[in-house]
Amino acid sequence: MSVVKTSKRTNRISGLSLSSLLIVLILALPIAVIIGFVFKGSVDVFSHLYDTVLIDYVTNSLLLMFGVGAGVLLLGIPTAWLTSVCDFPGRKIFAWALLLPLAVPAYIIAYTYTGLLDYAGPVQVAIREITGLGYGEYWFFEIRSLPGAVVMLALVLYPYVYLLSRAAFLEQSASTLEVSRTLGYNQWQGLFKLALPLARPAIIAGLTLALMETLADYGTVQYFGVSTFTTGIFRTFYGFGDSAAAAQLAAFLLGFVALLVLVEKYSRRKARYHSSAEYKAKAKLIPLAGWKAAMAYFICLIPVLFGFLIPAIQLAYWSFTQADLSDGAFAQLAWNSFYLAFLAALIAVGFALILAYAKRLNPRKIVSFSVATAGMGYALPGTIIAVGVIIPFAWLDHQLIALASNWFGVDLGLILSGTLVALLFAYTVRFLAVSLGAVQSGLDKIKPSLDGAARTLGSTPLQVLRQIHVPLMKSSVLTALLIVFVDVLKELPATLILRPFNFNTLAVRAFELASDERLVDAAPASLLIVVVGLLPVILLSRSIAKGRTGS
Amino acid sequence: MNKTNHLTIDNVTLAYGQEDIVHNVSLSLSKGEIGCLLGPSGCGKSTLLRSIAGFEQVKTGTIKMKDQVLSTVGKTLPTEKRNIGMVFQDIALFPHLTIADNITFGIKTWSRKDQKVRVEELLQLVGLPEVEERYPHSLSGGQQQRIALARAMAPKPDLLLLDEPFSGLDANLRETLVPEIRDILRKEEMSAILVTHDQMEAFAMADKVAVMQAGRIQQCGSAFNIYHEPKTRFVADFIGLGEFLKGSIKDEYSVDSVLGCLVGDEPLGYAPGTSVELLIRPDDIQHCEDSPLTGRIVSKWFRGSHYLYHVQLDNEEVLPCITACHHDHDVGEDLGISIELDHLVVLPMCDPETGVCDLQEAEVVQAQAISLK
Repeated sequence: MSVVKTSKRTNRISGLSLSSLLIVLILALPIAVIIGFVFKGSVDVFSHLYDTVLIDYVTNSLLLMFGVGAGVLLLGIPTAWLTSVCDFPGRKIFAWALLLPLAVPAYIIAYTYTGLLDYAGPVQVAIREITGLGYGEYWFFEIRSLPGAVVMLALVLYPYVYLLSRAAFLEQSASTLEVSRTLGYNQWQGLFKLALPLARPAIIAGLTLALMETLADYGTVQYFGVSTFTTGIFRTFYGFGDSAAAAQLAAFLLGFVALLVLVEKYSRRKARYHSSAEYKAKAKLIPLAGWKAAMAYFICLIPVLFGFLIPAIQLAYWSFTQADLSDGAFAQLAWNSFYLAFLAALIAVGFALILAYAKRLNPRKIVSFSVATAGMGYALPGTIIAVGVIIPFAWLDHQLIALASNWFGVDLGLILSGTLVALLFAYTVRFLAVSLGAVQSGLDKIKPSLDGAARTLGSTPLQVLRQIHVPLMKSSVLTALLIVFVDVLKELPATLILRPFNFNTLAVRAFELASDERLVDAAPASLLIVVVGLLPVILLSRSIAKGRTGS
Repeated sequence: MNKTNHLTIDNVTLAYGQEDIVHNVSLSLSKGEIGCLLGPSGCGKSTLLRSIAGFEQVKTGTIKMKDQVLSTVGKTLPTEKRNIGMVFQDIALFPHLTIADNITFGIKTWSRKDQKVRVEELLQLVGLPEVEERYPHSLSGGQQQRIALARAMAPKPDLLLLDEPFSGLDANLRETLVPEIRDILRKEEMSAILVTHDQMEAFAMADKVAVMQAGRIQQCGSAFNIYHEPKTRFVADFIGLGEFLKGSIKDEYSVDSVLGCLVGDEPLGYAPGTSVELLIRPDDIQHCEDSPLTGRIVSKWFRGSHYLYHVQLDNEEVLPCITACHHDHDVGEDLGISIELDHLVVLPMCDPETGVCDLQEAEVVQAQAISLK
């Protein structure tokens, strides 16, 4: 492997570029299968879907997206602006605390609030005790509904908008805003005429990320009984065993996702354009006092309180006071989850390293293109990937079984679709982008001139790799491992579809117990997921804090 | 070929993909000499430097050092086997290693004792003793650049390449660091090639300057030569300040202009009556209180030790003029000027209709000006 490219004229494709192409081709399989069904699928299936469920799915998904979109903007933008531009008591704490809800998967917050707010929950019990009213004699918000799902999803997805728009606000040069002051705009006019329009690409990018997660969500909508594409795909696949129809639905969902990806890419391109200024004067924070400071505090407190503190405390309370852990299954679940997540992280980061180095050493269009394609998996809902994996894997398995029994007279069993292979494959497709992002940002920091310096000082390419890249890449690789690990731990729909028989993970078990209305027993697994999920959030907040030390 | 040549670049063409970046360049450098590739950005100077380092392959031609072929068509000696040191524009110190470890990176095969001695020697040389145990980020930009130089020189390379090493530093620092580094290279008798777009750096550092443009060497020579005897219109324009003055060839040796008739010591090579342009440097025009020749001051630039005026003559042409500081005149005043022209630089005329000069590479005729009539 050559660490410094010796020439841009080299026309042979290196082994590294070749393996990167191969990786991308294999990982594109699920998508190719789904898209294939768009053309292959019969009109009958589709018209049946159209007559029965499709309108419902589209309406619900659109309502969900609209509601969650409004919710994340409402929660994300004001908090981002307050913590980056204004100064008020608690600002520094809120700056990172507002990220905490990222650690809570939507399905966990959904059943935690159900336990709190349904008829037998502490809130309604208290209402009845205080007012003396009985069942049906008062109105109470029905959490298990589409609006309920909107609130739940918005509470854990707003950090995407918060994170990206905050970065945009911080990046806005003070001089830009100062120019507007010299031209006669006051601070508030500056906000609406300059700060917000400048941050718009970042806000849209955050919004589309949140909407992608909304489309991908299965646990929340399933638990709340809202029919969307993801639940529809499940029902068609399991209930009717109709993989063709499931794939058709998945393809339809894919269309939605593709649209969001395009919007996101477009807005990112603009975002890069906007942040080209080299020197950025640090803006002076606007001091808030009195009722204004109290308002700011309150606005920032609400998302943290409802998105993290209340559910986390409720889970901890259930776990430590009421949950039944006597059967010892918990340790097995944790072990299953952890080794699965760890394996997936190793594979995803390994592939990411190959892709990132292929791109660095051989910056041809085809390599760059394949790296970009590999990054698309993150936009795909787990349900789509699962369907796209199980169909070709089951087919392959049946071929293999037939082959083995014909030729060798042995019964192979399902070696692909019935084992962890399918699961690990799906995880890699979905989370390669995450690891790729972390690895690439680490690699970008190693300037090419470092390689050149080492080479002029007599190092061979392999020595450059060992002496310069390994030590410098260590922390980004670890970060990548951690992020994929946590993402796999939280992943629900693909795991549900692809897990081997009788194989359970924390996420699956928590979801099953909750669906059986055993909310309390689901709490320990959920709590563990949330606690582990906090690790990357802490990393993220630390890097945010580091970025702020200049001010 | 000259026997004392240390580095020889012979007819080298470099390309990215199908596009040629550097065309048929030939250059040589003697031992202990400091060369400079000077040119605007995108002229191919860095690519040429990278090919000497072995980062780029040659499309045609050869690069030789000490009679060993470094690069030729189809064969590129790996960078690490060339015994070449390089200082990069972005400094490129290894952020995870201490200063001492950075400097010893290229001499790991030496004995511990020798390594330690070399580090001390080099830190002394670059004027930064006692920073061994510190990390790059704790040093200032100028200090980092000096460490990068020490690191590149540690293995006693046959040739040192400097790729715009000062462009990331502020002007004040540059002014002190450039002569400092030149002195260090001189003391070590290091052969070096500097790449820069800043002519002041080139003048201050180099024994030999090659002016590049669009992948070709326009002129190669001493700083004095390329300033006073530019061979192409590009060099005349790119190097130094100056104005082009219209003139007309009078006979084989002389040319008429608004400044009078200028006579060279060699044939100028134009037919009588040809319209030409003359390169006039600010130091060619002196202020002279009672000169019959005057011009109206159209601009004035205080430059510390002197004023740079631009004066407009009767025929609308503008000339630069440098005066000592006490000659403080206002814009609009008339200034008496006289001509002190040593070098007669005659260029073919730009198209008077369109003003287009597609003659950037056209030969320039030069001669010692021997008299003025």
